Amino acid sequence: MTLSPAARWSLRIAMGLGLVFIYVPLLLVLVNSFNGDRTFAWPPDDLTTRWWAAAWANEGARQALLTSVKAGLGATAIALVLGTMVSFAVQRFAFFGRDTVSLLIILPIALPGIVTGIALDSAWRSVMGDLGIGKGMFSVIVGHATFCVVIVYNNVLARLRRTGTSLEDASADLGASPWQTFRFITFPMIRTALLAGGLLAFALSFDEIIVTTFTAGPGVTTLPIWIFNNLFRPNQAPIVNVVAAVLIVLSVIPVWLAQRLAGPEAGASRT
Amino acid sequence: MHSSSRMVMAALAAGVLTLAGCGGGGDSEGSGSGPGGMAVPKIDKMASLGAGEGTVNVVSWAGYVEDGTTDKAVDWVTGFEKETGCQVNNKVAGTSDEMVALMKTGEYDVVSASGDASLRLIYGGDVAPVNTDLLTNYKDVFEGLKNKTWNSVDGQAYGAPHGRGANLLMYRTDVVKPAPTSWSVVFDPASPYKGKITAYDSPIYIADAALYLMKTKPELNIKNPYALDDTQFQAAVDLLKQQNEVIGEYWSDYTKEVQAFKAGNSVLGTTWQVIANLTKADKAPVEVVLPSEGATGWSDTWMVSAKAKHPNCAYLWMNHIISPEANAGVAEWFGEAPSNKLSCGKTKDPQHCTTFHAEDEAYFDQVWYWTTPLAQCVDGRTDVTCKDYAAWTQAWTTVKG
Amino acid sequence: MTALGSYLHRHPRLRLAGLLSAPLLWLVVAYLGALAVLLVSAFWTVNGFTGETVREFSLANFRTILTEEVYRAVTLRSIGVAAAVTAICVVVAVPMAFFMAKVASARSRHWLVIAILTPLWASYLVKAYAWRILFANGGPVDTLLGGPGRGPGYGLFATVVVLSYLWLPYMILPIYAGLERLPDSLLEASADLGARAGRTFRAIVLPILVPAVFAGSIFTFSLSLGDYITVQIVGGKTQLLGNVVYANIGAANNLPFAAAIATIPVLVMVIYLVAVRRSGALEQL
Repeated sequence: MTLSPAARWSLRIAMGLGLVFIYVPLLLVLVNSFNGDRTFAWPPDDLTTRWWAAAWANEGARQALLTSVKAGLGATAIALVLGTMVSFAVQRFAFFGRDTVSLLIILPIALPGIVTGIALDSAWRSVMGDLGIGKGMFSVIVGHATFCVVIVYNNVLARLRRTGTSLEDASADLGASPWQTFRFITFPMIRTALLAGGLLAFALSFDEIIVTTFTAGPGVTTLPIWIFNNLFRPNQAPIVNVVAAVLIVLSVIPVWLAQRLAGPEAGASRT
Repeated sequence: MHSSSRMVMAALAAGVLTLAGCGGGGDSEGSGSGPGGMAVPKIDKMASLGAGEGTVNVVSWAGYVEDGTTDKAVDWVTGFEKETGCQVNNKVAGTSDEMVALMKTGEYDVVSASGDASLRLIYGGDVAPVNTDLLTNYKDVFEGLKNKTWNSVDGQAYGAPHGRGANLLMYRTDVVKPAPTSWSVVFDPASPYKGKITAYDSPIYIADAALYLMKTKPELNIKNPYALDDTQFQAAVDLLKQQNEVIGEYWSDYTKEVQAFKAGNSVLGTTWQVIANLTKADKAPVEVVLPSEGATGWSDTWMVSAKAKHPNCAYLWMNHIISPEANAGVAEWFGEAPSNKLSCGKTKDPQHCTTFHAEDEAYFDQVWYWTTPLAQCVDGRTDVTCKDYAAWTQAWTTVKG
Repeated sequence: MTALGSYLHRHPRLRLAGLLSAPLLWLVVAYLGALAVLLVSAFWTVNGFTGETVREFSLANFRTILTEEVYRAVTLRSIGVAAAVTAICVVVAVPMAFFMAKVASARSRHWLVIAILTPLWASYLVKAYAWRILFANGGPVDTLLGGPGRGPGYGLFATVVVLSYLWLPYMILPIYAGLERLPDSLLEASADLGARAGRTFRAIVLPILVPAVFAGSIFTFSLSLGDYITVQIVGGKTQLLGNVVYANIGAANNLPFAAAIATIPVLVMVIYLVAVRRSGALEQL
């Protein structure tokens, strides 16, 4: 669009202010990880690195990180499969109830987490409990996957809409089997969409606390739950800041990886 | 402290639940010994101690079972494992409900039950009476913690007391003058500290108001702040609604409260001793007082499962966790008064027991330990129905508005 | 494999069934089933003496909710907070997304998206707590406004700010994705044909922007409506619907009553979804 220089500048300022708004609290987290005061008194009058040392020695945090990664990977894997299936069904077929399906798939993320959480909790206790399957890692993955499906679905759906079916038709006409068509035509086409969707789904699962609170079995401590348990204990609270600071830095890795694997649009674009 | 769990721990879900199934059902004519005439399932206690089974499965509050993974210096598990050969598998429970649910699975041997969960476990037949003769350290436990309503029935002990604490009144010495001696300062509608008063964010806080009314409004005839009939309950709730006007924020976790007192968002309100110590350690000018009306408080008990697969290791663990060294370690890490008299000589901070009033029975005589309110009045009245915890919870919503 | 593949290829209905059965089974059984159980249990009660759930139809819970003033107040307050958060997110996100999609160079666009995504990895709780420090008495916000006690302190206002902060990326991303799809050539063509900026905006940008904003609002609105942790951290003495649900299930183990209250946000969200569906928002999430 032909924007006037004034308009461009105001947009640039808005972007700058927005980034300041986003990053000031994160900066505070980083500063507080060095704050000697256990409850982060402001301004900090004593700077220390002992929290970093303590966090390094904290095995609970490492275990929680591992649990979170496992839960996130499990949920993302399920979401990738289910989300892709639904998006193909919705995009490539016209069928009765298609609108209902697209509404249904959004429901888990559109309804407040506490509703999803207690619904899954009570259902699990009354149904799975009777089957002798207690809550544990599996129930967390089920809970997370349920609201992650929509993320993958939307990414893949948008991609399918954009690409159309002409290449696949050509492949089939030239005698490729459906599997070959999928392997060599369809999959490469949606690969970046899968990566973008998968990454966001993983991020969503990784920082999910409300649904996790209700679906985690005893002993399953994901990182947000560990943070919840430790943030409210003064001796541990500064360590939580260290972990958060590390997470922010570490989060560059999956985003960067996705970019390397799939080109610039993956870590970012949702289309 | 298990902050979030504390909040909920006070929560004896809707009541001694299953009891009715085991006891007299809806009919409270029974002549049992529990509140409202509930009977205790007959379970035999262990007669003699055998060899350890190699494993013990524990359900506990965060901070009760530390094996050095949080902090290398904080470890009272590894030594026990080496000494007894009982491998400790710990599950941290978030709430009393979760504890009860876990114990019902029969997978666990011992649990650190709070005052509300303990009765549910006893009446539900989930825990066995404890033969205290088999616990060599039991004799050193403070008398004030033995055979209490939340850890025994008819003089039969159901566990080993772990520790205790009171819900005190904390104030900023530079702001609040003169120093308060009564809870009246937090219930004063014309308080000069309006907007800077804090209160505990849980339905169980209704008991604090009831305790205050018990002392100041004798005509209400409140005998136990956890057994409130309609009129008494209404009076307590009305008092809290009035208090809401002067409240700045309700607190539920202790990082939040330390930070609020340090910054000055709160200058007056309920607290735990450990919070006061931490606030002082962060150099904020605060003091605590046990007001003249007394206070509410808490106490936890280690109990053994009725279906324990490793009963010998369970007994060994109970004996270990109330031993002077381990008990001192927990009490300091967690910030509470230890249950073992000899612990006081073992704490790293020689003043720990003094600070937490561990040996001061007169102090704890003024404390009403958290007990879950039931429809069957826990003060023994049978002519009225009391408000149960579900009703307390709904009332708490109306208090907060 | 190949035989099966070509068989499926000739029978599209079967393919459709194959594609839909697993996801639908999952959603209907795991999710709708769970929701249904929850809704049904809202009509049950808990016996105060035994603590057992009484599985008999009763409107007692809903009667309590409708007659007690406090639940109406909390519901209205929660909806107000969710609406305010959504409005703030839209106001902040639209210029940012527009800048990213249409003004920034391809290279910096790339980094800006990463900059927006990164905070999603920092824990929700840690971010909320950082805001508690910012809003503290004598904290950075107070200092900026002239000294201790000058700032807004903890309360409803702080809750709205913090929730807006937490959910902002969820609003920026769909708007950015929508605007990015809008070809620059279309905008240029519009300008070449003599349309003024205002006209171009109304005729070309707005039809893309509106569904994208609605899509983002589904996140911000529902995430705010169900939150109970942020309000505990910075809300002072405020309570929202989430707190009431949590108190009744977590502390009192009164699932039926918690379920009855949970029907309020469900109802609000379903009405909201149906309302925004016409705009095409559901395809833009």
